[in-house]
Amino acid sequence: MTSAAAEAAIKEALGEVTPGADTDSLPPDADLRDTLELDSLDFLRFVEILSERTGKRIDEDDYPQLATKAGAVKFLAGRARG
Amino acid sequence: MPVLGADMDEGTILEWLVKPGDEVRKGDVIAVVDTAKSAIEVESFSTGRVERLVVGVGETVPVGTPLAVLTEPGGERAQPAVPAAGTQRTRRDRRAERPAQQVPAPRPASPVIRHRARELGIDLAALHGTGPDGTVTREDLEHAAAGPAPPAARQPAAGPEPARSRRKPAPRAGRRRATPLARRLAAELGVDLAAVAGTGPAGAIRAADVRLAAPGGERGRPAAAATATARSAAERNQSMRQAIARLMARSKREIPHYYVSNTADMTHAMSWLRDRNREVDVSQRLVPSALLLKAVALAARRVPRLNGYWVDDAFRPAEAVHLGVAVSLRGGGVLTPAIHDAADLPLGELMARLRDLVTRARSGRLRACELTDGTITVTNLGDQGVESVYGVIYPPQVALVGFGRIVERAVAAGGLVGARPAVTTTLAADHRATDGYAGSRFLSALAGLLQRPEAL
Repeated sequence: MTSAAAEAAIKEALGEVTPGADTDSLPPDADLRDTLELDSLDFLRFVEILSERTGKRIDEDDYPQLATKAGAVKFLAGRARG
Repeated sequence: MPVLGADMDEGTILEWLVKPGDEVRKGDVIAVVDTAKSAIEVESFSTGRVERLVVGVGETVPVGTPLAVLTEPGGERAQPAVPAAGTQRTRRDRRAERPAQQVPAPRPASPVIRHRARELGIDLAALHGTGPDGTVTREDLEHAAAGPAPPAARQPAAGPEPARSRRKPAPRAGRRRATPLARRLAAELGVDLAAVAGTGPAGAIRAADVRLAAPGGERGRPAAAATATARSAAERNQSMRQAIARLMARSKREIPHYYVSNTADMTHAMSWLRDRNREVDVSQRLVPSALLLKAVALAARRVPRLNGYWVDDAFRPAEAVHLGVAVSLRGGGVLTPAIHDAADLPLGELMARLRDLVTRARSGRLRACELTDGTITVTNLGDQGVESVYGVIYPPQVALVGFGRIVERAVAAGGLVGARPAVTTTLAADHRATDGYAGSRFLSALAGLLQRPEAL
């Protein structure tokens, strides 16, 4: 998966979890949970959507890498290449 | 107009989901009512045919005002316009029925049962008793209160409608991007999401888009004339604050709270959870909250004096544990819808209900029974990072359980200090109903239950 595709999937997932939130202007290194006020159920849904869209299995141990947009892009893009 | 929470004194009809002539069953959602806190789906308390709608869309009326007149099923089908005397039945107010408006029950019911029925907001006249001579028993009441069968009778005149149970999230319609409310509406209105033009961010389908795409507009009602809009975000915020203010002030004024706290070791629970989640698909994963909620429900069953209502200077125990869950809303404010029969739900089912409930609380589609049936409430502020929370009880309940963050603590065991995940549990309880001893037993039971996650 390219970085651009990963970023699009992340934006889409965040848009669905937090309807109306401005995910475009989100700084790449901002903590998603803090910035978007995601609770554990929201975050689970976020992971679920990402997993559905990208076809990648995402384990709980991977969650720390999804803490920021930049981290999530790296995780999704890097994992697909590996 | 039913009472949808102890703090409500009036409501506005946002939408009628039935029209005169429609058959409705007890438990069917028949209207959407706007309250200070949110828009709520209101169920019918009896079975019959809609004779007429008394309160129109956009009208605000005090609680206790009849909203619609139903004709009893059977017999009168051929003479819709002439309801026989005594067969008219209006939907009754829940819980706070005024004495002057009471309908005498046709079957004898004991004072205890009548009282309990009022508490539960059940119209005794609409119940079929299973006791001697058809009397309504406590079991009948609890059964009726526990929730109706899935609604089936709210089909629009045209178009297929997928069957929907309030216990499960609405089925996903296609893979188009859509808000949860839009998906629900689409399922309800029989709209194919694939054919809807989205106007949300990046083409996401919003509820309004679904309404536009529905045959004849939203359930065929005139677009402008009969449309009542929910409050604006700012109005909602203010009215929500006022409602919370009234209820919490009442709680602190009337309820002598006492507080106890404990620390529950979460080592086993967290490692059990991690192992379990590793083996299942992401959609089946549990969050720690699911374990905490189940443990509370089981602990409430062990200490039943904390599960119920304080009414008329006496404690009325509830026979089932309907677990209220404080859900914070994105715009501010909080709702406390209940998970019915939480103590009997397997963890996976409880988790699914929790997700469904939180989604609907935030999209403004809760059911009336979910907002009125809670017997004990949980507030979990762990996701917000605090270590403990001492809550305010929701009257007429008598206990509120609080969870902080699950965090590694230095714990001394066997003469050694180690780092172990733990959670601070708190209980705010009504001193009129119980003493500190009961509260302590409850939190001890809770901590014990959390040591055996596989048994939850």
